[in-house]
Amino acid sequence: MNTLTGYLRQAGTALRFLLFATLVLGVAYPLAVFGIGQLIAPYQANGSILKDSSGAPAASALIVQAAANDSGVQDPRWFHARPSAVKWDPASSSASNLGPNDQKLLDAVTTNRSEVAAAEGVGAAAVPPDAVTASGSGLDPDISPAYAQLQIARVAAANGLSTDAVASLVQQHTSSGLAAFLGQPSVNVTALNLAVAAAARPSQPAQSK
Amino acid sequence: MTFNPASFAAQVAALLIVLGALHKPLGIYMARVFEGKTSSRPERLFYRLAGIDAGTDQTWSVYLRSVLAFSAVSILAVFGLQRLQGVLPGSGSLPGVDPWIAMNTAISFVTNTNWQTYVPEATVGIFVQMCLLAVQNFLSAAVGVVVAVALIRGIARTRTQRLGNFWVDLARTSFRLLLPLAFVAAVVMVLGGVVQNFWPTDVTNQASGVSQIIPGGPVASQEAIKILGTNGGGYFNANSAHPFENPNALISIFEVFLILLIPSALPYAFGRMVGDQRQGYTVAAVMGTLWLASVSLMGWAVAAGQGTATAAAGGLGEGFEQRFGPVPSAIFATSTTLTSTGAVNVAHDSLPPLAGGVAMVNMMLGEVAPGGTGSGLYGLLILSIISVFIAGLMVGRTPEYLGKKIGPTEMKLAAMYILVTPTLVLALAGITVLLPEAMVNAPATGPHQFSEVLYAFTSGANNNGSAFGGITTSGPYLSVMMGLAMLLGRFLPIVLVLALAGSLARQGKVPASAGTVPTHGPLFGGLLLGVTVIMTALSYFPALALGPLAEGLLK
Repeated sequence: MNTLTGYLRQAGTALRFLLFATLVLGVAYPLAVFGIGQLIAPYQANGSILKDSSGAPAASALIVQAAANDSGVQDPRWFHARPSAVKWDPASSSASNLGPNDQKLLDAVTTNRSEVAAAEGVGAAAVPPDAVTASGSGLDPDISPAYAQLQIARVAAANGLSTDAVASLVQQHTSSGLAAFLGQPSVNVTALNLAVAAAARPSQPAQSK
Repeated sequence: MTFNPASFAAQVAALLIVLGALHKPLGIYMARVFEGKTSSRPERLFYRLAGIDAGTDQTWSVYLRSVLAFSAVSILAVFGLQRLQGVLPGSGSLPGVDPWIAMNTAISFVTNTNWQTYVPEATVGIFVQMCLLAVQNFLSAAVGVVVAVALIRGIARTRTQRLGNFWVDLARTSFRLLLPLAFVAAVVMVLGGVVQNFWPTDVTNQASGVSQIIPGGPVASQEAIKILGTNGGGYFNANSAHPFENPNALISIFEVFLILLIPSALPYAFGRMVGDQRQGYTVAAVMGTLWLASVSLMGWAVAAGQGTATAAAGGLGEGFEQRFGPVPSAIFATSTTLTSTGAVNVAHDSLPPLAGGVAMVNMMLGEVAPGGTGSGLYGLLILSIISVFIAGLMVGRTPEYLGKKIGPTEMKLAAMYILVTPTLVLALAGITVLLPEAMVNAPATGPHQFSEVLYAFTSGANNNGSAFGGITTSGPYLSVMMGLAMLLGRFLPIVLVLALAGSLARQGKVPASAGTVPTHGPLFGGLLLGVTVIMTALSYFPALALGPLAEGLLK
């Protein structure tokens, strides 16, 4: 009996502790971070949204944006993103979670390799690993510089731009410095494609932020 | 994707230097928090509202009853409110969470595991994330810390029944330690690109015709405590691989730093509280050595990049984010499994087989290098007691630890502690592989299928929360089995640790004699390291041989 009332008293304290701790940790704390974020870094806090020439939100610099048809074939006019386990839809996020010796993964990689080689008009051996493998999030906005190089000729031709002009855009959207040293040099396809679109219609330059 | 050894070495060295520089000031601060005699005005208000008498000093059994009552109430509240999501505000159009998933998730977050059998984007709204899950990220981390503090007091105090006041310890750890650190970390994360708002954003690319709904949410505030409290439950399904949780390689290494921050400073607080700083340094050195060995092994296994599909792709890529690549992924994977974190910035299921094996071994070590917030320290202190016992057998003297006799009672408690997780992991994984109905949820074939099951129960029973994500545990059988693994894997050890603390506190101090084995210095550190590794190897080698070793060595 004594133990039972002891437990009940403890449970009462626990419930009140949880309630008032929730007001501090679950309400006040996230609201404080929200307030500071909106004040000092609204661009980042709201999802790093890139705007197009008309000032309308066009994409998030951190999230992949792929123009693909229902069967997952990406539009030849733009730089292609890596394969995605969630079909590039930010409503969800996932890896394939297939093991390194999985037959399904082996088949997918082999298919992807021949498709990329055909799309870029290069030999299968020239296709880099990131072009044929799905990312951890399914929303990876980046590709390797090698994969970007493969795509320059196609994108330049499709948009009526010189390969030099497109190569220079790729250069501008390749990460460098500390982030590239800690991770690896990467090309942001989402921002790059907006820049290509702006260059193809020079009267309306894209503006970031 | 190629492995850059210079980048790897620079990041490992930077982590060791920064954590080395911070462990003393943070350790001193934590010791002050735990030993503080006065309460601030807001704390006194909080105690009055919660009905806490801050002046009472509890016996071990009352302290334990408070831990269990608080955890039980938390599980029921998180379960019940998830079920009511459909009628609560702040959840969009999401319905109440499925009962099996809600049960598993409630246990998972209260036990500091953060195993996620749900897909957050499709299951839980802002209310559940912010007011239930993120709050448990604070409180479950704090519970781990206060249990470690109670054990330290048991060692430091003499001839007393009293171990402190659970409620005061919990409040101080939450408000004085975790909250300020999480706040600073969250602001840094926002600056780095982590989202913190309450609405999605519609975007349309006029040139390509693509329209998307870019998600929003209080991500940075949750990410900060998820990492700092070694929790690991992601706001998004892809966890720290998601660009909104972990936008670049700088934030990635910052997250690793936060994972290791509190666990690596706790040994200093321990040394200070027992009045012998050499004890803290020895524990910290063992943790650091294990971490360094493990991260090197992980780096090697990732760089080796074994696997038929990996070879067909021409190298690493599957499951990796391009902005990270192999180096940040290897460092993160090691640190998340050597603590009870379980956040991931790379899909562990797609790692080369031996790298996945290293992640499993890290958890099997009991997550003691440096371990979860609090749980890492009490795990290593138990292993220290086992080590003095073994040393005592060698020299033929009654073992002592910091002036306390390690008698039959203490040894029984320590030995049971050591047996709990291997028993849970091997029994539950063993039962599961015998059930074809359960095994369809692990769709891989051959040794990798066994690895997915072994990884799941290793992660659950050790309260890690990372996964070989190919397995689906949302059905009734695996929800319940994983729930059991998490619940027993968390609270049986806590019962044993607090009982041990009570038993040590009752004793007087035995003066050190010529026969006392010193528990500091390289000799004891080496012994402790050896005991930790050998215990793990003896328990798990056969299971590892059937999973990652078979896959890694045969192909």
